[in-house]
Order: sequence, then structure tokens, then C-alpha cells
Amino acid sequence: MGDLSAPTRTVALDGNEAGFATTKFEALLNWARKYSLFQYPFVTACCGMEFMSVASPRFDVARFGAEAPRFSPRQADLLWVVGTISQRQAPVLRRIHSQMADPKWVLAFGTCASSGGFYDNYTTVPGIDKIIPCDVYIPGCPPRPEAVLDGLLLLQDKIARGDRTPRILKPREDPLTLVQLGHKKKDPS
Amino acid sequence: MSQAVLDALKARFGDAILETHSDFGDDTAVVAPEKWKEIGEFLRKDLEFDLPVDLCGVDYLGRLPRMEVVMHLYSIARRHRIRIKARVGDADMNQAELDSLTSIWPGMNWLEREVYDMSGVVFRGHPDLRRLLMYPEFEGHPLRKDYPANKTQPLVPYRTEEEAGITLEKQPPFGPDEGMSFPRQVWQRPEEN
Ligand code: SF4
Repeated sequence: MGDLSAPTRTVALDGNEAGFATTKFEALLNWARKYSLFQYPFVTACCGMEFMSVASPRFDVARFGAEAPRFSPRQADLLWVVGTISQRQAPVLRRIHSQMADPKWVLAFGTCASSGGFYDNYTTVPGIDKIIPCDVYIPGCPPRPEAVLDGLLLLQDKIARGDRTPRILKPREDPLTLVQLGHKKKDPS
Repeated sequence: MSQAVLDALKARFGDAILETHSDFGDDTAVVAPEKWKEIGEFLRKDLEFDLPVDLCGVDYLGRLPRMEVVMHLYSIARRHRIRIKARVGDADMNQAELDSLTSIWPGMNWLEREVYDMSGVVFRGHPDLRRLLMYPEFEGHPLRKDYPANKTQPLVPYRTEEEAGITLEKQPPFGPDEGMSFPRQVWQRPEEN
């Protein structure tokens, strides 16, 4: 097939009805991928409520082409890890992730999946990135549906770029927290 | 409301009722662990406590006996409730044993397994005394006060930072104490005098 990232050749046809756009094959592929994310919802805890809200008509994740849940990891592209992952579940999560076919993406939904949240104890995995690679983290306990859609858009941008760096954090515009954590200077005013 | 239950217990078992109190409408009897099952039978048959509401273990580290097993019972028939406690176990949790009540209330089965799992109290005569919540590979009993607060026993080895290619510390916007209103406080065993 040659170099996939080279621009495709254009073939000009005569006639004014025929319209052509040229693109790179990879860009086309990524564009198709980003709007056809088949999801595997790994829903374990209270964040599941917010997940249902995202998936249902009011917030309607179908607008972004990510509405089709597959309950077989072999048919899924995107693993939503929604909720607290206990140590006891960790082997299951890792098996599900390894059963998914490439290319695959992982989205950590909520504070528990991203960092363990307040379950800082013997029961809980402190963030799924301790056991599987994770692409996008969505903070919030639980995150609002808008935040989830924002995270999904971050993931789509990442797919479109063909970017496989392991982590993207959805920024949280919470000036007080950012100041407290020392990521931002206190506003002098 | 169940002062009558306490009176009935005291009349029947005398010295085996070590202590009673009634605070905020809850009546409690602390009983001798040897009589645990006998008292259970009496409560079930004579006083019609037909619903075992809860069973749990409370660790009073530094006090002897160390572990307090607390049972809540309710009578659907007569609408009264009672709390029964038994204190077991020496400083190293030896002899932390009680008779199983599964033959009286089948619903005690999982409750006793939970107490065994979390606190390590052994229930003699339980048909299937396995861990309920934690996995079989787990060592120790996490709700004992001397279980280290930050000790985890992962089933899947964590990825190393080289494998992951990123730092696995919490990154902004997740703070080090994400989701907690205060940082973890680690309990220290008091100095022995
Ligand atoms: S982040 Fe909050 S809402 Fe989500 S699973 Fe954890 S505790 Fe529940």
C-alpha cells in the first residue's frame, strides 16, 4: 500500500458534477475512527448514573458518533472506565482491556477511575493508569455530562491527530483549587 | 423502648449480662461471649426477634478484650429492637471466637463472614467461613486498627513508570489528596508506659 501518510493522488475527471477532495489516507482513517467510537462501558459505581445521563437523549452522546455500546470487548474501540475500580476487579479490567482489538482507547470517567479519589485505602486501585494505559482523564465526582462530552471531544481531537501519547488531562477551571495546589499564582486583585 | 427486653434478659441470664444501657432510645446489653448462642436462641424463640439487622466488629485497640462484636436485632412481630454486644480477643486477637448463629438466623451467614473477613473474629460452627468482601489472597483483616492505613495488596502488579512512559503520580487537576476534605491521618500506636 505504500506510505499511508502521503497524500492520496487526485484523479481529475471531466464534467462539472463530480467533486473531489484530496486528503491523506491516515487523516481520512482517523476522521472515520473518531466519529465511530464503539464503546465498552465498564461501569462499576455511582458515576454510572452520570454515564446514563450522557448516553440518554438530553445530552445525547450519539451526536459525537459514540453511542453504540458493545458488550463484547472484541467489538469495542473505546473502553469507558466509569467508577471505582477495586483491587478485586483489577484483573478483570486488565483482561477486558487486553481483549480489545487495536486501535483502542481508554477513557477514565470520574475521579475514582482517574486517581482513586477519596478511596485512599486497601480496597481501591489508585487510578486505572496503574494497570492499563489511559488516554483521557475526566475529573469530577461525578463529572457533569458537559465535562464528559468535553473529555470525549479531547479524545476525538487526539484520535484525529493520530496522537498516541499516554495521557491527556482535561483541565479543570477551578481557580481556587489550582491556586491551592500551586499550579497558578494567586490573582493579585 | 425495649426496656422490657433488657429486663427479660437480666431475669433469665443474670450474671451473663455484663452491662446494660439505654441511650437515645437504643437499648444495649453487653453479654458474656460464652452465652452468645444461648442468648441468641432465647431472643429468637421467646422474644421473637426474627430479623437479624446487622452484625459488625469494632476494634478497641488498647482495651481488653479488644474486639467488640455488635449485633442488632429487630422483631417484626413485636416491633422492638435490641443491640447485643460481646467482647472477645486478647491484644493479639487470640481467642477471638464466638458461636455461629447461623442455625438460629440463616441470614447471619454472610454477616458473620463479613465480620470474619474484616475483623478476624472466628465463628465456631459456621458452615462456610470464607472471606466475603476481600479476595482469598488478601492477608490480614483490614478493619483492625493495627492494619496499616496505606497498605494495599494489589492482585495485578502495578505498571512501572518506564512501562507506562509517564509519571504515575497524581497530576493536576488531581491533587495529592484528591477528593478528600483533609489529608490522610495515619494512626500511630500509642507509646506503652
Ligand atoms: S468519582 Fe465520585 S461519583 Fe464517580 S465513582 Fe467515584 S465516588 Fe462515585
